[in-house]
Amino acid sequence: MNYIEPHGHMVSRTTDCYERMALAGCQAICEPAFWAGFDRASADGFHDYFRQITEYEPKRAAKFGIKHFCWLCINPKEAEDLKLAEDVIALIPQFIDKPGVLGIGEIGLNKNSRNELAIFERHLQVAQDYDQLVLIHTPHLEDKLKGTHLIVQALKNFSKIKPERVIIDHVEEHTIDHVLDHGFWAGITLYPESKCTPHRAIDMLEHRHAERIWMNSACDWGVSDPLAVPKTMQAMRIRGWTPEMIQRVAWDNPRAFMGQCPKFSI
Amino acid sequence: MPDWTPPTSVNLVDLGFMDSRSKLIDLAAFLDRVQKAGQDGDFRVQALKNALTLLSQDKPQRAKDVLLSFSDPSTEPIAKATMQGAIGAHKA
Repeated sequence: MNYIEPHGHMVSRTTDCYERMALAGCQAICEPAFWAGFDRASADGFHDYFRQITEYEPKRAAKFGIKHFCWLCINPKEAEDLKLAEDVIALIPQFIDKPGVLGIGEIGLNKNSRNELAIFERHLQVAQDYDQLVLIHTPHLEDKLKGTHLIVQALKNFSKIKPERVIIDHVEEHTIDHVLDHGFWAGITLYPESKCTPHRAIDMLEHRHAERIWMNSACDWGVSDPLAVPKTMQAMRIRGWTPEMIQRVAWDNPRAFMGQCPKFSI
Repeated sequence: MPDWTPPTSVNLVDLGFMDSRSKLIDLAAFLDRVQKAGQDGDFRVQALKNALTLLSQDKPQRAKDVLLSFSDPSTEPIAKATMQGAIGAHKA
């Protein structure tokens, strides 16, 4: 069955990963801008990174018949440095009209600091000014609950950003209801140890009837699995899901959300 | 969006028992190990022990309650991020 990987950091993966994902049925990969495992020293590093995800990765993906899209921002882990963050945000307009750019992301919070929140709001202003979709990262582990609530609260100050054009990613059992009940989309990340296993993801999908939810592998430089989505689709089959409902989560839902950007076509 | 079609009923115990049994024994062995090493005073071990008490409740929201028990309960942003990673349990 075909699927979309709506959140994969392919700059961290080998070309073999593209091949394996293609063989598993992946038709499109969407790559949010993120922390590369180390802090970049200047905005020049981000300029090169934005070129990589807007120009190079689409070509690498195309060799395996996969469409590649991306999102732009400075991630919250590097947002504590306000000067760096402002310099990177200033780069976004020169990349925003590139063919594969879907919106602003993955913005959000990491340690829930004032500077992170300020830069999150700066990104939301850019998204509002340029009428962009928004992809939001929620903090890890013990910081996720508080960060998710701060993010939802901040979004309320941007009345022109409609909730249905925002996805709040990395939800877990203690945050998914808060996100969906406010009208946003929710992303479930299938990540060993620190986020969510396939069976927990399926539990949440059943709890919320798969409405406005996508699932992703977020495969990156850490211990992660670029085939986490098709493996979860297999677990859904074993748990009695119909092919139509599996398709809704793995294909229809991400397509419906990202299809709000006219550049997303598959 | 089309209507929700619930999955057909399957034996979830057959599917998940051995995996859960294995994880529970791993947890028990971890607690034994850190106790023998005199490290069971660590706040993360205490957080695990607190979370274990939530498993015997009757409501089917144990995963949510365990996650809540590990979470920072404060509501205001902190002044400055002094680290980038997370630990897994809130230290009061």
